[in-house]
Amino acid sequence: MIPGSFSYHRPASVADAVKLLSDLGEDARPLAGGHSLVPMMKLRLATPAHLVDLHGIAALKGIRRDGSNLVIGAMTTQHELLASGDVATTMPILHEAALLIADPQVRYRGTIGGNVANGDPGNDMPALMMTLGASYRLEGPGGTRDVAAADFYQGAYFTALEPGEILTSVSVPVPAAGHGYAYEKLKRKVGDYATAAAAVVLTMSGGKVATCSIGLTNVHETPLLAVDAAKAAIGTSLDAATLKKAAAAAEAIMAPAADARGPVEYRKHVGGIMVARALQRAAAVAK
Amino acid sequence: MNDMTPTREQRSAALEGMGCKRKRVEDIRFTQGKGNYVDDVKLPGMLHGDFVRSPHPHARVKKIDDSEALKVPGVLAVITAETLKTVNLAWMPTLAGDVQMVLADGKVLFQNQEVAFVVATDRYAADDGINKVIVEYEPLPPLVDPFKSMDPDAPVLREDLAGKTSGAHGPRKHHNHIFEWTVGDKELTDAAFNKADVKIKEMIAYHRTHPSPLETCQCVCSFDKIKGELTIYGTFQAPHVIRTVVALIAKLPEQKIHVIAPDIGGGFGNKVGAYPGYICAAVASIVTGKPVKWVEDRIENLTATSFARDYHMTTEIAATKDGKVTGLRVHVLADHGAFDACADPSKWPAGFFNIVTGSYDFPTAHLAVDGVYTNKAPGGVAYRCSFRVTEAAYCIERAMDILAQKLNMDPAELRLKNFIKPEQFPYHSALGWEYDSGDYHTAMRKMMETTGYAALRKEQAEKREAFKRGETREIMGLGISFFTEIVGAGPSKNCDILGIAMFDSCEIRMHPTGAGIARMGTKSQGQGHETTWAQIIATEIGIPADNIMVEEGNTDTAPYGLGTYGSRSTPVAGAAIAMAARKIKAKAQMIAAYKLEVHEDDLEFDIDGFRVKGLPEKFMSMKDICWAAYNSVPPGMEPGLEAVSYYDPPNMTYPFGAYLCVMDIDVDTGVYKVRRFYALDDCGTRINPMIIEGQVHGGLTEAFAIAMGQEIRYDETGNVVTGSFMDFFMPTAVETPHWETDFTVTPSPHHPIGAKGVGESPNVGGVPAFSNAVNDAFSFLGSTHIQMPHDFWRNWKAAKDLGAVV
Ligand SMILES: Cc1cc2nc3c(=O)[nH]c(=O)nc-3n(C[C@H](O)[C@H](O)[C@H](O)COP(=O)(O)OP(=O)(O)OC[C@H]3O[C@@H](n4cnc5c(N)ncnc54)[C@H](O)[C@@H]3O)c2cc1C
Repeated sequence: MIPGSFSYHRPASVADAVKLLSDLGEDARPLAGGHSLVPMMKLRLATPAHLVDLHGIAALKGIRRDGSNLVIGAMTTQHELLASGDVATTMPILHEAALLIADPQVRYRGTIGGNVANGDPGNDMPALMMTLGASYRLEGPGGTRDVAAADFYQGAYFTALEPGEILTSVSVPVPAAGHGYAYEKLKRKVGDYATAAAAVVLTMSGGKVATCSIGLTNVHETPLLAVDAAKAAIGTSLDAATLKKAAAAAEAIMAPAADARGPVEYRKHVGGIMVARALQRAAAVAK
Repeated sequence: MNDMTPTREQRSAALEGMGCKRKRVEDIRFTQGKGNYVDDVKLPGMLHGDFVRSPHPHARVKKIDDSEALKVPGVLAVITAETLKTVNLAWMPTLAGDVQMVLADGKVLFQNQEVAFVVATDRYAADDGINKVIVEYEPLPPLVDPFKSMDPDAPVLREDLAGKTSGAHGPRKHHNHIFEWTVGDKELTDAAFNKADVKIKEMIAYHRTHPSPLETCQCVCSFDKIKGELTIYGTFQAPHVIRTVVALIAKLPEQKIHVIAPDIGGGFGNKVGAYPGYICAAVASIVTGKPVKWVEDRIENLTATSFARDYHMTTEIAATKDGKVTGLRVHVLADHGAFDACADPSKWPAGFFNIVTGSYDFPTAHLAVDGVYTNKAPGGVAYRCSFRVTEAAYCIERAMDILAQKLNMDPAELRLKNFIKPEQFPYHSALGWEYDSGDYHTAMRKMMETTGYAALRKEQAEKREAFKRGETREIMGLGISFFTEIVGAGPSKNCDILGIAMFDSCEIRMHPTGAGIARMGTKSQGQGHETTWAQIIATEIGIPADNIMVEEGNTDTAPYGLGTYGSRSTPVAGAAIAMAARKIKAKAQMIAAYKLEVHEDDLEFDIDGFRVKGLPEKFMSMKDICWAAYNSVPPGMEPGLEAVSYYDPPNMTYPFGAYLCVMDIDVDTGVYKVRRFYALDDCGTRINPMIIEGQVHGGLTEAFAIAMGQEIRYDETGNVVTGSFMDFFMPTAVETPHWETDFTVTPSPHHPIGAKGVGESPNVGGVPAFSNAVNDAFSFLGSTHIQMPHDFWRNWKAAKDLGAVV
């Protein structure tokens, strides 16, 4: 558990960081909070020759309102998300999910940018960002582009990021007032990644689900949007049969790996339960 | 006397002696980050060593190429078995009478086995070097399942034992067999089973787990070529044993070996034995002439040094139809991994597993243990338990519940019916032990009353009905454990390690001003010896505990002792401390008699000094006696006030306890909640109630971890899949239940202060309580036994297998 040697760089601007990353090529990696990257380096599963630390770039910090979106700088820590009044009032599900990430020590360092850019299906933020319809701003040698969270994840640790690109911010549309939400995460202990987790954001109208979006964490090599499960919920009052149907629809797209959290069958089964519970809880808090 | 004269109560309280909730003196440095651990030892010119380890569970080592590694800047040497052979150290003896490879000699026998030792100027360079050592392996079929180890066509693991039909513990039946150990009367037991109205039989497995102390195993070895002396700083629970082992295997004169165990960050049995890291660091220091540090990382700790348990216990009980037990039969298949490196007293290949009759009056019993080799890490250490006692307690406590279920009887009632009665002590068990003291019925009834046991059973019955009606998805379990431990190894008549009797020792030196230093052969790893040992002395000789400094761990200054594990410190060293203190007191009495000008027999000890009987104002304090001991002793008496005691205990001590766990399980996810956990411990005389409570909290937390998920697991190809704290369940404060503690006091009749030892009781007694709670929860759905660990997915699986989840 001792990392190999590497050179350390600390650029002061996004442009410098992009330049460094393009010049240094494949052997360079951006460093954010280090709470996913450094453990990999200690196991020598990652052996970057250069680390480009993004902590010196002021422009990557902070949370601001931009029209109907909340724009969160990539280097905003999970702790800062939790401390933000804007987050708590406009998208409480982000607060709820951030609180379920690891422990305070990890959250003081770990960033939203690192969490969504990492590409690990175990990270909680990616499925949530897909559920909320967020998009990521990427800046690279070829310029700036926005990619929807739903289009970003291609496989375990494979994302739409091109060589030399940095994720600079996450833009999240503020959900409708009175929306219902829940992030249900089953984990073995504090500090564990999800055995399965489900994010639900919905609106209710006349006792029935009007709109609904469901995201799934750690039940596939990428985070998932459970579109059919959401469809099954819309227009219903979430009776027992609907919950069962939605859970089954979600399970149908899950393909988790067997690991110490349990065999495939279990992880899918509890994935379905997380969906049903999140739907119920979201409906209960919707106004 | 004036108003300022302290009362007897005040004088007694000022001592902070036995029974006082004295704050732990060592915590002042521990809580401020000022402890001094092995990794804090930094010697001039110190080098760092680290291991190349095998990715294969079983393979032939064809070639080791270190040429690229030696080119890495900072790498100075790569040590292999070939290097070690030049000093005859490629293999080392184990405490269990086997031999173990220090570095792979032709073969590797478990994943992460030590293959080569890279020595470099810093830890980073050493690891860079490791990545450049090229080892050519020829994989061999791995043997993972202990039940297949003695198949006729099972792969041969230990080629070094070819042709050896007997080992350290008698005949071997198969090339992968280590020993068979039998105890008890087979014929009588068979007869009891033939006559029995009711019988149960179950294979109860206690899975492989690991002590995983916060601080991993580590050492710094420094060889002084000029003096020919070897100094070893290490995380040693038994420093003197390490010194003797080093003297025997390295053929160094024992006085030239200095073993120093500084502060230790938890041991739990992990730090009793000797590991390849120690040998390699010592050899590397001899070769390079520089101090060499070796520090295990977490993965290495979990996968290479000292697993615990891995006992597969086929258990049968015979009983009458009204629930009186008449016989016990147990066969254990013990998976020892690649080498038998158990840390048991030498004559006890399965430790004290023959305590398996537990708290019950079994007229007859028979036990057989077969130890086998598999392609797994060696060990079998006593993880916070006296040798194999936790396995035994789990076995009998689970089996009693199974019997209760079969008899349709309440498990508490079954236990009360079969307990050894108070008047039967000292009690001779069917498997050969003499239990010193106990009052099981009182402890059990106190547990039942305090917890409202009857009401809990009623609630459970109602919940079960509600579950059957589909109104809840939660099931409720009550787990009872009534354990009897056997600790304090041990009497020289039956306990030794490599021929050294398992006594322990204490040396006390009083200084002129009424203070003193006490040294013992034990070694605290967090138990609080610096606090409690001083309390024993305070009460025995009337000097405040704050004035007694306790020092352990340096073999040059401490008297020879066998160390701290198996809850032996209080039963053995605690007795030595009292005996040494009594020698001090006896000399003090002579000095006081001389100074007070009376005959010794006219004096009585009174809290903190001697008083002339019938003349209360004629008093000499111990403080003043200390001064007198250095300047005005009676004619003919040597000055000074010191004493040494080496204590060979006449018997073990037998702590016991009554635990209850109340658990709720959500069958859909398998998620459990420990609603309540009550632990009543009887450890005899209580030296420091606060430390006892702390020990119980810690041990229960480990028991919770083990029962509910903590395991070292291998897949079928021999890969160890639980090599980090991500998957090896280490509960945090968030997961840990709330503990309710309670006690009764039944002193040990043979121990000088009546104390029995408590550090391990909660681990031993806790595991069956948790497992019985889970099993009790599921029993109404038709199950008799569900194997540990009871983590979420396995609970769900149990529910599914029983038809409670579709
Ligand atoms: C014990 C423990 C438990 C954890 N549990 C959870 C959990 O339950 N849920 C969860 O979601 N996470 C968990 N984490 C991970 C944690 O949230 C990490 O902080 C997060 O995954 C990565 O964020 P980081 O800022 O630390 O990124 P880093 O580790 O620095 O980087 C991660 C990866 O993203 C890349 N990267 C980082 N920032 C950018 C950027 N702006 N642009 C492009 N690439 C970038 C890096 O190059 C690297 O490849 C846990 C971590 C630990 C140590």
